Amino acid sequence: MSSIGPSSRSIVGRLLAHRSARWALAVIALLVVAAIAGPWFTAHAGHEQLDIVKLKNTPPSWRYPFGTDQYSRDLLTRVLLGARISLAVATLAVLLSTTLGTAYGLISGYAGGAVDAAMMRVLDGFLSIPRVLLLIAILTLWNPVPLSGLILLLGATGWFGVSRIVRAQTLATRHLEYVESARALGAGTGRILLRHVLPNIVTPVIVTATLAVGNVIALEAGLSYLGVGAREPTPSWGSIFFDGVEFFAGNWWVVFFPGVAIVATVLAFNVLGDALRDVLDPRQLHRSAPVTPGTQPRENG
Amino acid sequence: MRRQLAARLAQSLIVVIIVTTISFFVIRSAPGDPFSYESTTITPAIRDHWREQFGYNRPLPVQFIRYVTSVAHGELGYSFQMHEPVAVALAAAVPRTLLLTGLALGLSFLFGIIIGVLQATHRDGWFDRVTSAVLLFFYSLPDFWAALMILLLFAYWWPVLPAGNIVDPVMHDYMGGWEALVDRLRHLALPVLSFTLLTMAGITRYQRAAMIETLPMDFIRTARAKGLSERRIVWRHALRTALTPMVALLGLMLPALLGGALFIEKVFAWPGMGLLAAGAVAARDYDLVTATVIAGSVMVVIGSFFADLLHMAIDPRVRE
Repeated sequence: MSSIGPSSRSIVGRLLAHRSARWALAVIALLVVAAIAGPWFTAHAGHEQLDIVKLKNTPPSWRYPFGTDQYSRDLLTRVLLGARISLAVATLAVLLSTTLGTAYGLISGYAGGAVDAAMMRVLDGFLSIPRVLLLIAILTLWNPVPLSGLILLLGATGWFGVSRIVRAQTLATRHLEYVESARALGAGTGRILLRHVLPNIVTPVIVTATLAVGNVIALEAGLSYLGVGAREPTPSWGSIFFDGVEFFAGNWWVVFFPGVAIVATVLAFNVLGDALRDVLDPRQLHRSAPVTPGTQPRENG
Repeated sequence: MRRQLAARLAQSLIVVIIVTTISFFVIRSAPGDPFSYESTTITPAIRDHWREQFGYNRPLPVQFIRYVTSVAHGELGYSFQMHEPVAVALAAAVPRTLLLTGLALGLSFLFGIIIGVLQATHRDGWFDRVTSAVLLFFYSLPDFWAALMILLLFAYWWPVLPAGNIVDPVMHDYMGGWEALVDRLRHLALPVLSFTLLTMAGITRYQRAAMIETLPMDFIRTARAKGLSERRIVWRHALRTALTPMVALLGLMLPALLGGALFIEKVFAWPGMGLLAAGAVAARDYDLVTATVIAGSVMVVIGSFFADLLHMAIDPRVRE
């Protein structure tokens, strides 16, 4: 039987004892610090064109560790600034999608019966829409998209998987004795859902959300690469390569370094998600095997 | 079981209709129409005349009914961007996407299943650790970036394979049968390699989990007690059970796969459906956009339907 989620202190303790989780947390912490503080310490502003004639497309050197782009801007500064945008967009989008998905799944699973059946059919429909194509269509028409719009779209199209997991967990929890007794004591539906059911299903939600952050960072970069995501002058990791990709055989560093930043971030979040799954409750997650988060089909760019 | 299938088909049809409707209105809500992107030498009067001719000046609901009626008659419309009927443009692009995606999917499942089983049977051994780490790395690569790096590596720095397109644009027509086939395969190699590496990672992780869940089951112990060889137990008995969730995965993967194909097509200039759709949206080529969306969702729906059938065939529990 599942118990109410493990205390937060023991989770942190066990995570720190997990070797790959320590690495992942260290990388993420480093990224966050670099994103917040980094741009203050680099010598140039992200939009500054250093010398359009002499410093255009210079390869990596001691002075410009990541090289410069075709407008002679320092790539290191731009990658650091990009970290702010990419991390912020992904975190907020995942926060939104997780909230939506959890609410939908909770309602569907707790209501049961015809409501549940109808809500699940609708969800099946959503799940069979190719997310990337839908986003491209909307973003091509809504161009340039403000960051808030991008977050909204990424969040609004990312909640289907979570709500399936939450619904399955809610179904399993609904008839447990302590929920029944809370109901017998006269607790309202809202109180039961928030106080009794939600704590019990939070584990898979955290794991899914962690994995989703990496996924959304890659997806956002992919959309920018196609020219429909965040746009100039906002340097997200994706929009940095959108500028460089046309001639990338000649100036590979413009594509390489932002890509490495993305891969490191996505990898860190994926490793952390796997570790969280190990540390939290492996049994509970295993039961929902077909939608086990880390093994879901990729959706990223 | 037959009723279940009928219900599933009905549901699929509804999905296609909804997706079609959404794409119809989304593309028309954008500023501009197909004629805004024609040459600037054309006067506004002529543009208006064209709009009149194609009915694009009528109210949206009327346009929608006209469109649905014509699609129901098998008429998909005309692509202003490609200067050919939509059906012709689609007929050229769909097989290319199917070839690329089908090959990559087949190879990913083949290698993914083999590696996943080996990982599970040698759990926590060196093979499991090394391949798990490598595949987690591939799993974390954004599709287009990995494809770009593979392109850079094998087409520019060490130029052994062509950088894009389906055949050599100049020489292909002059090649003999054998040479032409080699040319095709050489152009397929990089896109299929990139797509396979990326898709395989998820499949392997999934197969490993399914196998680990199956191996401790009672029927495996029974098979051991019967004295069957370990090889037979793993590859015949355990794998058969552990393949069931893989079929479900196949159905779930299809929409994401179509999105992934778009990035691969873009990087390797592979003129399939993804590239066609992206270009059509940018040019407000109404009929082509809606038709590619319909074709894409029909492909996904048919694919998931066959995945469901397969699932029912091998798993009696689903049939009830």
